[in-house]
Amino acid sequence: MNRTWWKILGAILVVYATIAGLLLGVPRLNILNETIRNLYFHVPMWFAMITLFAISVVYSIASLNRPNEDYDRRAVESANVGVVFGIFGLITGSIWAKYTWDQFWSFDPKQNFAAIAVLLYFAYLILRNAIDEEQKRAKISAIYNIFAFPMMIVLVFVLPRLQASLHPGNGGNPGFNTYDLDSRMRMVFYPACMGWIVIGYWIYTIRFRIRTLEDKQL
Amino acid sequence: MKKIAFTLLMLTLTLNLFAQQADVEMADTLRSNGKIYVVVVCIVLILVGLLGYLFVLDKRLKKLEKKSGDKN
Repeated sequence: MNRTWWKILGAILVVYATIAGLLLGVPRLNILNETIRNLYFHVPMWFAMITLFAISVVYSIASLNRPNEDYDRRAVESANVGVVFGIFGLITGSIWAKYTWDQFWSFDPKQNFAAIAVLLYFAYLILRNAIDEEQKRAKISAIYNIFAFPMMIVLVFVLPRLQASLHPGNGGNPGFNTYDLDSRMRMVFYPACMGWIVIGYWIYTIRFRIRTLEDKQL
Repeated sequence: MKKIAFTLLMLTLTLNLFAQQADVEMADTLRSNGKIYVVVVCIVLILVGLLGYLFVLDKRLKKLEKKSGDKN
């Protein structure tokens, strides 16, 4: 994957999603008004985060199967970038909430559980830093990661659905129907998700390569 | 008489519309829609700048990797 075409593709998708997301037509809905466009920016952050955490857990399993410095490095760095996207998701979400739910943080189940999911990965990164011995660190943190990933999925997708929540797709409502996600929005939303996932993946490969270089130098 | 007066009235009312159409034409795209396009331009500029920066970083990293590959 050391070629350039997919990086250019990601860049084009993200730029397209930004321009089209700001200018193309959207449904006119009460309360949401123009903030419905946030769908193109807030939601892709979470998809990028989940993709990166999935990459992380895959490499954690691989590194348990066949202990390998490379796998371990990949697992950390994808978690590192995933956490950044998670923080962006939380911040954009609370800004959006301020203007539609009236409060930055209304302790909505979705908000709380999403924050806990991100904290789980903070714990993962801190756990790694707490162990000096490399092989031990790789093994323990890989096991932690394997538990953290399904927990994160449950926190983000399952638990908020079991309660009343302001967030669309929760409280028994299916995914995007609340948004009235029409075909116009799909034309922007899917490229936006694709684009941000690719950009997240790209940043992760850069971090991975830097870490590899650093470890070589030591 | 009423009809003529009405026609004249309509004409004078619509005259300024014609006048507006004859206004000097300017590149007004960036000023339309409450100047939202100005914001769009700024956001896109920042985004493109950051993405370009990412490409530059990638390139520098590739150079470093080549160098360290030679050494090892």
